[in-house]
Amino acid sequence: MAVATASRRTAVPNRLTHGRLPKWAPWTILIGCWAVMSAIVGLVGAASGAAGFDIALAIFLGQILFLVAIWVIAYLVEGGRQAKDRFVTGLVATAFVIALLPLVSLAYTVVVNGAARFDVAFFTESMRNVVGEGGGALHAIVGTLIITGLAALISVPVGLLTAVYLVEYGRGWLARAITFFVDVMTGIPSIVAGLFAFAMFALITGNAGYRSGIGGAIALSLLMIPVVVRSSEEMLRIVPNELREASYALGVPKYATILRIVIPTAIAGIATGVTIAIARVIGETAPLLIVAGFTTSMNYDPFSGRMSTLPVFVYTQYMNPGADLAAYTERAWAGALVLILIVMVLNLVARLIAKLFAPKTGR
Amino acid sequence: MTATATEPGRIRAKVRPADRTFFISAIAAGGLILVALAAVAVFLIAESAPAFVGDVSAMNGDPANFWVYVAPLAFGTVWSAFLALLFALPLSIGIALFISHYAPRRVAQGLGYVIDLLAAVPSVVFGLWGIKVLAPAIVPIYDWLNQYLGWLPFFAGQVDRTGRTILTVAIVLAVMIIPIITSLCREIFLQTPKLHEEAALALGATRWEMIRMAVLPFGRPGIISAAMLGLGRALGETMVVAMLLSPALVISFVLTSGQNPSTIAGNIALNFPEAHGIAVNALIATGLVLFVITLVVNSVARWVIARRAAFSGAN
Repeated sequence: MAVATASRRTAVPNRLTHGRLPKWAPWTILIGCWAVMSAIVGLVGAASGAAGFDIALAIFLGQILFLVAIWVIAYLVEGGRQAKDRFVTGLVATAFVIALLPLVSLAYTVVVNGAARFDVAFFTESMRNVVGEGGGALHAIVGTLIITGLAALISVPVGLLTAVYLVEYGRGWLARAITFFVDVMTGIPSIVAGLFAFAMFALITGNAGYRSGIGGAIALSLLMIPVVVRSSEEMLRIVPNELREASYALGVPKYATILRIVIPTAIAGIATGVTIAIARVIGETAPLLIVAGFTTSMNYDPFSGRMSTLPVFVYTQYMNPGADLAAYTERAWAGALVLILIVMVLNLVARLIAKLFAPKTGR
Repeated sequence: MTATATEPGRIRAKVRPADRTFFISAIAAGGLILVALAAVAVFLIAESAPAFVGDVSAMNGDPANFWVYVAPLAFGTVWSAFLALLFALPLSIGIALFISHYAPRRVAQGLGYVIDLLAAVPSVVFGLWGIKVLAPAIVPIYDWLNQYLGWLPFFAGQVDRTGRTILTVAIVLAVMIIPIITSLCREIFLQTPKLHEEAALALGATRWEMIRMAVLPFGRPGIISAAMLGLGRALGETMVVAMLLSPALVISFVLTSGQNPSTIAGNIALNFPEAHGIAVNALIATGLVLFVITLVVNSVARWVIARRAAFSGAN
């Protein structure tokens, strides 16, 4: 069979694939263009006496050459329309690779620079009385956990109940108003949330220099609630109506239907949404800088006194260094590494929850 | 639903106390959101009122009144966000198309996650990266732009040797809003009716012609609103600006010089920790201005989405 088709292919040229570039052509042209430009950049560099070989420039010029070359070659072999198609394909793939560059560069830089101070002291010491080397971010890590925990404690019940209201009860103007204002809340810049929390506590306490952890938690929950509402609402909406109707038909009251049937069915999605919301606010810097302030000491009490958090720690270590600049910068990078690790772990946990606890489908 | 049907002949559901409590707590949570937003408006206005009428000459730049103070900041905010959008939008559309229509289907979802990872990086880390990696690396490009395109007003004058200019900020902001715009665009491109795509292909269109005839026209309102939402995010972004720019209160279109307009959010972050007295009020008032700007941008985005929902014949 195979032999027969092969021999037929050679005998009668396939008109459908006639006048088309073979599959390997684009890749070959791509590598060829990179090689040509590397050679040119290397020669020019050597001629002008430059020390190193600029690989970024070579790849960049090679990519431009590739886009031109693939268009010209496809134009000659396949015609104008195919040429444009191949050109756009190249362009779109380039866009994707360009977006990966900052991600790779960022991950590499943070790991390399952060590893220097990623030690035991970093997790067991605060910055109290530290002016040069040493010290750690324990106070900031504890502060982050307390403030984010409080924010979650406020936002999850409020957000979940609001979603329940919108899906199970919401009719008329109130539901429309809530939906609209949740959208408005999504757009609040994080620093404005910080200013609000500060303005509220400053007016209530009459203290014009008010700073505390609970203010930070309020600001963060303002940012977190709309995310929780949106994701929970989506999850509750995809719970099939048949489940609710079956429950009502058995005489189960509405609240029990929601608590025992609807929410358990959607719990995986809700938990995923909450985890992602926490991951989003745990990296917030601006509102905490405004209302929680920063300190070098431990503070376990969110209701009084300044409270450092990890993002603000990174910011202050970099922005207000002491005499020993390198020690401060190293701590900033280590803080950034810890922060990224926390966010990555939270995102992974969210995906795991979504996968492991997804409701069983019938088929 | 809760036993409001009072017509005779209909069976009324029994009202249980637990049912009532649950309903009331749900509605209270919804109401709390409205109250919280009202509180945001009330407290911000109350705290910023003194700055609108008072003497703010103690602020950086000795402004004559509040509006003179906020004007260059508002300009910097809109200008940097606009530049960021200029870089991010074409790239995002390209990435979204790559994931939705070009990448092999098996890896497409994974590629989406990779782009979402960018959204997970905290802004303060982007700030560090911008200072330590991007700014030094980009100075040669600025030199080149200044040398060959210096006749354009954007690249005129002296190039800043640190590379920490408004253009660098805009590039970092673009990286930060790319995942947002990409994920929204991707959703919209995937919603294109399969029949439209297959019809185009069946008529002999190439993949790009199919995208131009079926996917892009269908997704245009979605792309616009995604861009606006990305713009809203860029407007409010604080840490990158605060860390990267050494601000000057100027209105300047030059992209590569050391004289850069700051943004509202960055200015607040830099000055708030040491501010006292009327300066606090003035900074909160600039925050109110920022809130209004983002509110307008986001409302336009929502309006475009709503209009699309009303007129889309695809469903």
